[in-house]
Amino acid sequence: MKRLVPLAVVVVLATVPFSAASVPGLLPGPVNSPGSLRILALCLVFAALAAGYDLLFGRTGLLSFGHALHVAAGSYTVNIAVTKLGWSLPAGLALAAAVGVALPLLIGAVSVRVTGIAFAMVTLAFAQAGSILAQRDPGGWTGGEEGLSLRASGVPDLFLGVTNTVNLYWLALAFLIATVLVIRWANDTPAGRLWAAIRENERRVAVLGVHPYRAKLLAYVLAGFLGTAGGVVHLLVSGGSNPELTTSALTLSLLVMVVLGGTGSRWGAIVGGALYTFLDLRLGELSTSETLHGLPAVLRVPLTEPLFVLGTLFIIMVYALPHGLAGIKLPRRAA
Amino acid sequence: MRDLILIALTGLGLGALYYLVAAGLSLIFGLMDVLNFAHGAFLAAGAYGTWWATGHLPGGGTQGWGFVLSVVFGVALGAILGALTELTLIRPLYARPIRQVLVTVGLSLAATALLRAVAGADPLRFPKPGWTARTTRVVGATVPNDRLLLIGAAVTVFAALSLFLRTTRYGLIVRAGVQDRAMVTALGIDVRRAFTLVFAIGGGAAALAGALGGVYFESINPAQGGSLLIFAFIVVVIGRMGSVTGTAVAAVAVGLVQQFANFYAASGLGDLSVVLLLAAVLLTRRATLTGSLA
Repeated sequence: MKRLVPLAVVVVLATVPFSAASVPGLLPGPVNSPGSLRILALCLVFAALAAGYDLLFGRTGLLSFGHALHVAAGSYTVNIAVTKLGWSLPAGLALAAAVGVALPLLIGAVSVRVTGIAFAMVTLAFAQAGSILAQRDPGGWTGGEEGLSLRASGVPDLFLGVTNTVNLYWLALAFLIATVLVIRWANDTPAGRLWAAIRENERRVAVLGVHPYRAKLLAYVLAGFLGTAGGVVHLLVSGGSNPELTTSALTLSLLVMVVLGGTGSRWGAIVGGALYTFLDLRLGELSTSETLHGLPAVLRVPLTEPLFVLGTLFIIMVYALPHGLAGIKLPRRAA
Repeated sequence: MRDLILIALTGLGLGALYYLVAAGLSLIFGLMDVLNFAHGAFLAAGAYGTWWATGHLPGGGTQGWGFVLSVVFGVALGAILGALTELTLIRPLYARPIRQVLVTVGLSLAATALLRAVAGADPLRFPKPGWTARTTRVVGATVPNDRLLLIGAAVTVFAALSLFLRTTRYGLIVRAGVQDRAMVTALGIDVRRAFTLVFAIGGGAAALAGALGGVYFESINPAQGGSLLIFAFIVVVIGRMGSVTGTAVAAVAVGLVQQFANFYAASGLGDLSVVLLLAAVLLTRRATLTGSLA
């Protein structure tokens, strides 16, 4: 029975675009309207990105502050290849795949040598360098503060136009499913069991004669690759690269998503990622809605800021539910 | 030569700003293992508190002692916010550093967003006392006074902090706590009051950086704390977390490297060179990162 639940969730998610039902207050229009589908697609993308980040933080215990670098690398690589160099999308994807392995390998090889806060800081430093590069716009390649919109003629018609938003939604869903399967598979490999051991006690792993370095590097490269792929999907769904994608704020959001959902759990990061993104995108709308209009300013003004609500929610969660949403114990029914 | 002195003093001024933010961060990390992401919020509290006080506080103003009083108000606000944060949010998670760090992440998100909701996302013009806009001649170079103000403030805070750590009983507890918190606790000394104190000092210093940063940049915005915080993190790590002198030296180094790279290489390369400096320092120094206080 229990094995059927994920399958049922996938079926429901896949058929969502066929529903014309409207969910007043939650989505801007009927479920199958392009606006709603775009929001849902972004939720799926960030759910996958959070799951990839959780591979590092939740499962291997590596607190990286530089995950945004890999997401941005995916988005900017394909975008620059297609928009600036005039490459075809498949060629851009091939380049992104190479970057998605090479960059994490390079940065991981350096940063995995140190542990704890030092690891966090080295990864932060590299990501910060990437962020500065993207914002300084060297040679006009990245578009600087403005970002870079994707050249539409370089993208297959399948992913273009308002009517094809549904394809982007399915793309995001496929990416999420692929991410989940890869992570689940990786965790069952010997390397995956080593990750769990490293998370619990790295010194003990080293004493047992196993090199934690290679296992940690593998986790970093895999998570980096998933992040890069997520950046590419994000590029297609949002239609451009934004320098906000490069900042440490994105990494912090991923951290919040993972903790919100529950670190190292089966579906915690996914739910956390989707929920965070949904609230972030939709709470801003709330400010103009009728519901809030009657409230006194003391309540209304803070509620117009999605990050205020999310930050407060997060603080409460850290106290009330240390294991995140995944830690909620449902009352068991008698068999 | 004149260029050299101007760049050096500008670099030192920026380093002074970094020092003010990093001093509290470093002590908090050294003592409690908490990387305080909410530090940017204390900085913003100082900047916006000072800004508010120049217009609304009785006796506050943009000139002379009125401005000093306004800055004192901002600093007090930052210190109170720091102490309150420790008492209400950090203390209940005693001995769970990772969750303490997470709470400060949440607080930084919420506080910045709240500030944006109340004060608006646009930068505010910061009132600059007349004399800070004027210049002083230093060995032939014409140096804006605001840089000298920053350096003076950082040196004062550094001296006061060193004196506090070396000569007072609480300073002793903090110094010992940074070395080995478990041992201090085992000796029957309550380090928790030292935690609150360190948070208040850190909040006050960051708030001072916010107010003086307002003078230097001539405007304040809700996100300013965040961007300064990244550099303060870098300073804290280069200066070995928990070391007051190390933080000062690192702040000076980072400020100077940034300004000289900006001038002699290309504008914008300054930020990048600081990041490279951090990576180089971390990779050549594999020993433990929490140093001793000296």
